[in-house]
Amino acid sequence: MSQLIAGQEIAAKVFVINRALLISYANASGDQNPIHQDEDFAKSVGLPDVIAHGMLTMALAGKYLSDISGAAAVMEFSAKFIKPVVVPADTDVELVLSGKVTEVVEGKAKIELLATCNGVKVLGVAKGLIKT
Amino acid sequence: MLNPDLVGRTFTSADSVTVTKEAIQKFAEVVGETNFEIAPPTFSISITLDQSQNLLQDSGLDWTRVVHGEQKFELLRPIVPGDVFVCSSTIESARNVAGNEIVTVRSDLHSGSELIVSTWSTLVVRA
Repeated sequence: MSQLIAGQEIAAKVFVINRALLISYANASGDQNPIHQDEDFAKSVGLPDVIAHGMLTMALAGKYLSDISGAAAVMEFSAKFIKPVVVPADTDVELVLSGKVTEVVEGKAKIELLATCNGVKVLGVAKGLIKT
Repeated sequence: MLNPDLVGRTFTSADSVTVTKEAIQKFAEVVGETNFEIAPPTFSISITLDQSQNLLQDSGLDWTRVVHGEQKFELLRPIVPGDVFVCSSTIESARNVAGNEIVTVRSDLHSGSELIVSTWSTLVVRA
């Protein structure tokens, strides 16, 4: 994307999360918490099923942010984890990312991100600052 | 309950961590990134997670009740293969909100004397 202007909407993208991806992320990040892999364990601690790592959801949102002007352009990135992404066995869960440019100042653009699963917002106040 | 004496204290890792292209590739492939010369924006969590967990291990927190509430990254430049980092972590704050304990840990990655990445992880210990 060459030029970003305030108010601009960024095209939505869909990322698929499934059990295989949770294992890949656990191995890549070092976060082997069993609530992200073991259904029985997850249920034993009161969760409805295995849930995705919040940081996996954020990593995918980070990819969405990187796709705007490249990974090297990302200067700041933050989010709250407001709802778990539940990942049942043999199921592809769709994470939908969209974004909006809220401000462009001195070669930096503020991006507001929206991340939803099954219509439910899973990240709160997700935002990034990127070099344009 | 977190030992309040630990707030403000900084722990610096004794060993440095070298970022390999393989580690970046492994992380990048999970999110569908095909450029392995630059780490994805949240890659540093794979370095800082261990460190902050070690830091909090003996802090009195009940890990079975910890959920990740919030995360922030500030990247002064992107992480690239060959980077050698020393990680230091500080418990910046611990407060009690409606019975839940909210702890914020800051982790900094330095290359030599230069700060490259700062991250803030906010953990919620459910009542």
